[in-house]
Amino acid sequence: MSGATMDASGPAQGRWWIGLFLVIAVLVAIRAGIGEGMGRVYVQTESTSYASTTNEQGRVTWSVVADGTDGAVTIERDLFRTAGQFRAAESAAPGQQAIRVSWDRTIGLWLAAFFTLAVFSFLAGDNPAYKLTESIVIGVSAGYWMVVAFWETLVPKLLANLAPDMVKAWCMPNLEGGAFNPIALIPLGLGLMLLSQLTPLGRHVGRWPLAFVIGTFAGLKMVSHVESDIIEQVRATMLPMVAFGDDGSFAVWASLRNVLIVVGVLCTLAYFVFSVEHKGAVGRAARVGVWFLMITFGSAFGFTVMGRIALLAARFEFLFIDWLWLIDPKGERGMKVVATLVSCIVDMT
Amino acid sequence: MSGGLDRRWIYLAMMLAVALPILWNGVTGKTFPESPTPPSQACFDAIEALPEGSRVLVSFDYDPASEGELAPMATSFMRHLMHKRLRPVVIALWPLGPTKAEETISNVIKADFPDRVNGRDFVNLGFQTGNEGVLKVIGTDFRKQFPVDRSGTPVDRLPIMEGITKVGDFPLVITISAGYPGGKEWVQYVSSSNPGLVLLAGVTGVQASQVYSYYPGQLRGMLAAIKGAAEYEALVSAAIDGDGVTPPRYTEARRRMAPQLFGHLLLIALIVAGNAMYFAQKRCKAVAP
Repeated sequence: MSGATMDASGPAQGRWWIGLFLVIAVLVAIRAGIGEGMGRVYVQTESTSYASTTNEQGRVTWSVVADGTDGAVTIERDLFRTAGQFRAAESAAPGQQAIRVSWDRTIGLWLAAFFTLAVFSFLAGDNPAYKLTESIVIGVSAGYWMVVAFWETLVPKLLANLAPDMVKAWCMPNLEGGAFNPIALIPLGLGLMLLSQLTPLGRHVGRWPLAFVIGTFAGLKMVSHVESDIIEQVRATMLPMVAFGDDGSFAVWASLRNVLIVVGVLCTLAYFVFSVEHKGAVGRAARVGVWFLMITFGSAFGFTVMGRIALLAARFEFLFIDWLWLIDPKGERGMKVVATLVSCIVDMT
Repeated sequence: MSGGLDRRWIYLAMMLAVALPILWNGVTGKTFPESPTPPSQACFDAIEALPEGSRVLVSFDYDPASEGELAPMATSFMRHLMHKRLRPVVIALWPLGPTKAEETISNVIKADFPDRVNGRDFVNLGFQTGNEGVLKVIGTDFRKQFPVDRSGTPVDRLPIMEGITKVGDFPLVITISAGYPGGKEWVQYVSSSNPGLVLLAGVTGVQASQVYSYYPGQLRGMLAAIKGAAEYEALVSAAIDGDGVTPPRYTEARRRMAPQLFGHLLLIALIVAGNAMYFAQKRCKAVAP
């Protein structure tokens, strides 16, 4: 490893990356050959029959009925099963098909593992696998948000108000109300005006809905901020410097805590008072305020580190538990490869 | 570092510091003991104080990107609510929140509390777009934002929703949040305008320092990052399992504390070493003619 970063250009770098991924592939192949394999997803298909009834108001209700009922619709869904449950079913009835490998989910699991490793590989340097993963994440996110916006906003909030009968017949059988709501024309108009920003001629038209959004948001935020972040926070700072417990005795720690909070708030505010020169008492208070600020930033950094390590640990757990089947903390598979290897090494020594 | 140490050695060290404790835990099954801090204890006490059958609004305001930190909190909250025979009404301000909620319901309620009935003992009302606009509306008209549950059943026909017209009708609200909208918005738009309402928040590490200032006034209790999750998980396990064995799926947060310890130790060591090298180099330059 030389240099802090590596780019994907150059034949030497290309060979380096191919070599690295080959090593990983060989290690995974070796792991797959030990014990009972790895990275498989098992499912059991469950069938449920539903029949629909429509009441006087035209509301459709689906209820579970016995299999084979006339007019019933049967829906099959796969329930996840563990490798341990699969082995138990196989030992009870060899060749059974009730619990089986789900190949599409297994491929999904392997893709998730590949993408995880590809993102990790950026730590060693930029490379095609990382770029591919990055592009897929962006594409999937954009597509997902588009679908969510369509089904969660456009259909129920706009179309259901403008053309309720059509929406009810098309995708929302239990839609309440059902009358045309002319007020929905306002957001439709504002939305179309906003889209006009995409055209060079209509940019000025797009400023009106933006002004509406900003004005509404500012009004909404202002009230809540004043209430929760100013009035309530000022109230929370008005603390007794000498605190007493429920039994009337002097509470040392509570008093110290209150003093610290009040001093911290006043000194930090002193640092942000720029209309008075930071000299004398104000200067000293401002310096103490800087210390409080530094401690705050430090604790925020500490929390961030904690969060990032937790996320990293979660990804490693995915690789070790769900993909490589190295450990089995939940006891779902009934086999622990690392534990077996450790005990073998202990026995040999 | 000017000494020429390749930063990838640090990445490798961090990888080992996090991965090895996971493997160690997977082999031994042991976790570190947790003693609760006041914010986590306050979460536990707020739920314990509710009478049986009370309805609790639980908002799943996160997606898979924050699952490592927040899913253990969601699991513990749900387990505690079910054990106390409270009735969670689940909503989400994030589009993937309902899916995460379904996973939690499946892992906790359907696995360990199969007698609980959907619509009577718990319900998932799904996602509503609008961020703080949703919170503003449910302050006066809950059903306007959540007219049906996730399967399309009108809330008027759900026994669990009887008498619920606004968010203030819930004695307790829990938000499990990864950012915007989340804990901060719940305080700003719900807690402040409903003085009697008890609000608990489980937040990510990044968000914790922003939300801490609301505790204990506007937020009754708070689970800060995976540490808060582990503390609360230990409290719930002690209350439910006692001295018995806790099922492994309810030890997820505590399992992630060993990687935390070694990851933090490595980071502290690196900070100390970096500063020591910095001062040593400074001294060398000062001494050199």
